[in-house]
Amino acid sequence: MLERAIVLAGCAIGAGLALIAGIGPGIGEGYAVGKACEAIGRQPECKGDVTSTMLLGCAIAETTGIYGFVTGLLLIFVAPGIFTNML
Amino acid sequence: MNVEINGARIFFEIPILGGIPITETMVNAWCVMALIIGLCIWLTHGLKVRPTGKKQIVAEFLVQTANRFVIGNMGEKFRYMVPFVTAIFSTSALCSLSSLVGAQPATADLSTELAWAVVVFVMITATKIKTNGLGGYLKGYTQPVVVLTPFNILSELATPISMAFRHFGNVVSGSVISTLVYAALALASHALFGWLPGALGEVLGSIPILQVGIPAVLSVYFDLFSSFMQAFIFCMLTMLYIANAAEE
Repeated sequence: MLERAIVLAGCAIGAGLALIAGIGPGIGEGYAVGKACEAIGRQPECKGDVTSTMLLGCAIAETTGIYGFVTGLLLIFVAPGIFTNML
Repeated sequence: MNVEINGARIFFEIPILGGIPITETMVNAWCVMALIIGLCIWLTHGLKVRPTGKKQIVAEFLVQTANRFVIGNMGEKFRYMVPFVTAIFSTSALCSLSSLVGAQPATADLSTELAWAVVVFVMITATKIKTNGLGGYLKGYTQPVVVLTPFNILSELATPISMAFRHFGNVVSGSVISTLVYAALALASHALFGWLPGALGEVLGSIPILQVGIPAVLSVYFDLFSSFMQAFIFCMLTMLYIANAAEE
């Protein structure tokens, strides 16, 4: 019983820690959007190009955050079953 | 309060080769594909040189947009990529949009995206081999120095995985957040109206009134915007990788 509790607690804590990965994309995307706003302010006629490039860049910057999210998802829904079966 | 977040259900199994499960994902993907094929047949039925109906104008607009999108990003020599990119875009967008009618979207299953990403990976590798020859392709792994070969192989393998996980993670995070918000709103309306005295509080507290309207704002972002955005990004990356692979 105690082992089970430790495994479940470990999975939950791990999932929480995995979502720290969200900090990086948050800062990165904010910086990218800020730069895009500056660019549009300087050259408003390039708005379309700047916006589509920015969205693509944001989506790529988001990848690491998504990895964190998938890890958290695995730790909550998949890992407890596997680890408690191993006990 | 119980929150249920499930993967795709298994409807039945075909009892050959040790059982092939037919999941909700596959059924929904088939429905979407049938819808797209039906739409294509309906739109291209009875075309005329001088368009008379609105139907043909819509069809021509769609084809022109697809052509401009692909050729504008990849160049004229990649005209053969137009059907492939358009097929992936429409399947991805419509699969994600199918969550609007309450179905489990086929893109919320990693298998779907991984299959697309593997197809794209094969196309990238084929384009590389076609441009540089097999020797040139293998030699590309030892650039700029031989020591970096394992890292080159790793980064080559990371391409399909990151493409698949990006699309999957975005769709699933949307559905997980929507589910959590629905559950939280049910709890909140129970707590808010449960305080009313007598039978009135019991009746009002059991109806999740707050669930009306508020989740629609999230749905606009996660279902409408994100569906098109992820389809666009997946196609954009496909085109970028393949156009890069064709360079010497």
